Amino acid sequence: MSSGGARRRTPGEPPATVVRGGPPSYDTVIGLEVHAQLATSSKMFCGCPTTFGAAPNSRTCPICLGMPGVLPVTNRRAVELGVRAALALDLRVNAACRFARKHYYYPDMPKNFQISQYEEPLAEDGWLEIDTPDGARRIGIQRLHLEEDVGRLVHEGDFAAAQASLVDYNRSGVPLMETVSRPDLRSPEEAAIYLRAFRAVLLYLGVCDGNMEQGSLRCDANVSLRPRGASELGTKVEIKNLNSFRNVQRALEYEVQRQADALAAGRRIVQETRLFDADRGTTRPMRSKEYAHDYRYFPEPDLVPLRLDPAWIASVRVTLPELPRARRQRFVSQYGLPAYDAEILTQSRALAEYYEAAVRAHANAKGISNWVMTELLRELGGDDEAALARSPIAPAALAALVRLIDDGTISGRIAKDVFARMLAGGGDPEAIVRREGLTQVADAGALEVLVDQAIAANPKAVADFKSGKAAAAKAFVGQVMKASGGKANPAIVDRLVQEKLSRI
Amino acid sequence: MIGATIHELTTAYAAGERSPVAVAEAYLARIDALDPRVGAYLTLMRDEALAAARLSEARYRAGRPVGPLDGAPVALKDVFCTRGVRTTCGSRILETFVPPYDATLVDRLRAAGAVILGKTNMDEFAMGSSTEHSAFHVTRNPWDLTRVPGGSSGGSAAAVAGGLAAGAFGTDTGGSVRQPAAFCGVVGLKPTYGRVSRYGLVAFASSLDHVAPFALDIVDTALLLGAVAGHDPLDATSVAAPVPDYVAALAGGVQGLRIGVPDEYFGAGLDPEIERAVRVAIDVLRELGATIERVSLPSTEHGVATYYVVAPAEASSNLARYDGVKYGLRVPGKDLIDMASRTRAAGFGAEVKRRIMLGTYALSAGYHDAYYGQAQKVRTLVRREFEAAFARVDLLAAPTTPSVAFAHGAKSDPLAMYMNDVYTIPASMTGLPAVSVPCGFNAAGLPIGLQLIGRALDEPTLLRAAHAYEQATPWRQRRPVLS
Repeated sequence: MSSGGARRRTPGEPPATVVRGGPPSYDTVIGLEVHAQLATSSKMFCGCPTTFGAAPNSRTCPICLGMPGVLPVTNRRAVELGVRAALALDLRVNAACRFARKHYYYPDMPKNFQISQYEEPLAEDGWLEIDTPDGARRIGIQRLHLEEDVGRLVHEGDFAAAQASLVDYNRSGVPLMETVSRPDLRSPEEAAIYLRAFRAVLLYLGVCDGNMEQGSLRCDANVSLRPRGASELGTKVEIKNLNSFRNVQRALEYEVQRQADALAAGRRIVQETRLFDADRGTTRPMRSKEYAHDYRYFPEPDLVPLRLDPAWIASVRVTLPELPRARRQRFVSQYGLPAYDAEILTQSRALAEYYEAAVRAHANAKGISNWVMTELLRELGGDDEAALARSPIAPAALAALVRLIDDGTISGRIAKDVFARMLAGGGDPEAIVRREGLTQVADAGALEVLVDQAIAANPKAVADFKSGKAAAAKAFVGQVMKASGGKANPAIVDRLVQEKLSRI
Repeated sequence: MIGATIHELTTAYAAGERSPVAVAEAYLARIDALDPRVGAYLTLMRDEALAAARLSEARYRAGRPVGPLDGAPVALKDVFCTRGVRTTCGSRILETFVPPYDATLVDRLRAAGAVILGKTNMDEFAMGSSTEHSAFHVTRNPWDLTRVPGGSSGGSAAAVAGGLAAGAFGTDTGGSVRQPAAFCGVVGLKPTYGRVSRYGLVAFASSLDHVAPFALDIVDTALLLGAVAGHDPLDATSVAAPVPDYVAALAGGVQGLRIGVPDEYFGAGLDPEIERAVRVAIDVLRELGATIERVSLPSTEHGVATYYVVAPAEASSNLARYDGVKYGLRVPGKDLIDMASRTRAAGFGAEVKRRIMLGTYALSAGYHDAYYGQAQKVRTLVRREFEAAFARVDLLAAPTTPSVAFAHGAKSDPLAMYMNDVYTIPASMTGLPAVSVPCGFNAAGLPIGLQLIGRALDEPTLLRAAHAYEQATPWRQRRPVLS
């Protein structure tokens, strides 16, 4: 569900503190409800575009404004994306599903009901495997359903005191997919891991752009505590407004502690909906006015039940890509990468594909991984498809750069300069090296002259070396590198210095 | 030319004997003169109508009319959205609402060359059987101005009966076209659910709302249906089946048709004069060659109760959008919820509020299964009974209403009003096509309607039988005198 409450972004978050395992005498039980905006070009039930950031109410029509007399028509692409996600998460896609109306009064919802799914969702009963510090865990997913988003309300001041409120319906009718996990998560950290893994799967599938800042991915959590080892669930509290990975973890950590303190003091936990305040790092109860108690669901009479042809579902299944976890495992086995590298490189499909394209061009898996993880990601500021599409450095160009290092043409230090030029102007690293005369000097004859000059200019260092200070040789290498403008091949210089000194 | 059927008018246009502009002007003049007494219209579209008539006339002059409705002066219930022309639904809450778009029905009528004279009166949000629940004024029955025209599409029925439009469209949710057609002595056809797009019809009960024409005879009914039927990509519940030529299908008579007469439609509460007229009409059909047999539809008695759960439930949802935020009436309040409450308290009439409360209750937690859930089960039962009956017969024949047009104010008890729909509700709940065709008059000279119900999408058979009956009887010759 999409709440009617103030679930919008809150700026400024202090860093999270990581508490593992929860309070000592209780088990933590967490389930997550994740809303993902489906990556369609048009809305769920009308033809309006879904572009983010347009002028208020410029992406609306009578249908998504809930005008009298309008009717919804289901977006087929949204259904297909939902089915993709369902299949990837091993949910059972129901042969028939229906939409239902969910009622509550809130001015950001033009019809005062939301078209969602209730008793007959698109898919049920799947799971997502996550890797936690305690090993792999399979987190159950109870259901996946489709629904429409609501508009956005801007108050002057807060909800109760506002003198005026403005509504932007651009988001109204944007397709959402809600997935409800089973209460299988056992710590705030696991919840954050689940959410990251879930986002990665959606990015791989092309189902959602995963942008939490723009609200493409939103999360509500249900959390309860029970005495360690008990099987019965405790009273659960729903927390809304979790709009970043860090906030999910922070909010849950606060809430787990709050509940533990309450239980320890002999108080009972009240079943309620609480709102996370990212500025304070706390949760507070929502006033009952901010959420409805009885949604009066009934099947949406303006839409016929959605019947999905098994052959069509099968045709969607064959288009599923390799998923992040499988790819991560393959990166370790196929490329010999450390698990850490594989984890980072597989967070988004676009990044993983960039990496593999580069490795195909030059088979130094770890070398390329280092460049991607440190230099490239820092410069791109993101790992999603859009960020990589913006990259001025193509995979083949990055591979060529690493090849120039590996074959001794340039040093690692020079490579960083070349990389900076590639970022600024694009282009082929070999051409940049040629044009700028950055080729490493590997000509032993030319270097020998420089080594001789360095030795001649530093009799004291020669004396030190002769008296047994092997480290003194390093000074000569450094001077030759400096004299060559960094272009000298350090390995050759080192060899020449050792030879010359040993002959003195 | 007033009182002529659409097919007579357009034939005369094509022959150069009549002018669409002159006809439109004559209708507008008659509306100006007589509608203050009838109250059929809420909004007259004088300029738009004359502009459309001029275009029509130019097409006829060029020898290229767009079809058999070109230049036909028609009226629309004020439940259909008309771009740039206010659409009130008979409610204060939409008194100032001007839609930015046309309903599919309106699009198709314009494309067919029809001249839309104006928007007609109705019970607020189509909730009622007398057009007394309009927020603006009552509509009077042209046969007897002290009586109601029926409802909720009473304005459209009165317009056609009173010669204030040559044809009209209304909506039939529980009988809202067939019942006023019977009360006003005209033809009213509720097509199969999904046959005509609902896009732009301001919803009352989505699973029950049907776009439905009124006409002076069956040929006009077939023409009007043919012009607006067919799949609409904007209505997911619209049917993709091809649209037959309904006029061509009228030929052939009822020879060999099996017509069922359901026992339950002739029980207690039926006006004996109506029973007599309907039984005589059935005899006419027999004499024309149909085979008549008794059938039983035992769930009929639960129809009204079921309808008054399903329809208000859907209405409570459909009408939730009228909150003062986006369009229509807004009454300021101390906060957003208060504004919505005050707007709805001021904007909705008593009957609408009653149904919103009924429907909200029927859908609420703890009562949902007992009311809404149970009603859906009964609806399935009713559907199965009709399927069983249609395995044996081609059509069903019954009265349209248990009584003739009643006096204004006579049914102040909501339940008495609801019972007026007892014979029309089953075809609404099953989505089956049904037509009310005039079958005589009572001793006081008030019209009586014969209802025929057909199989899903079998409007051709339904209209063919109605046409055969109409052609064999004199009723359509008799018109009310209004001057």
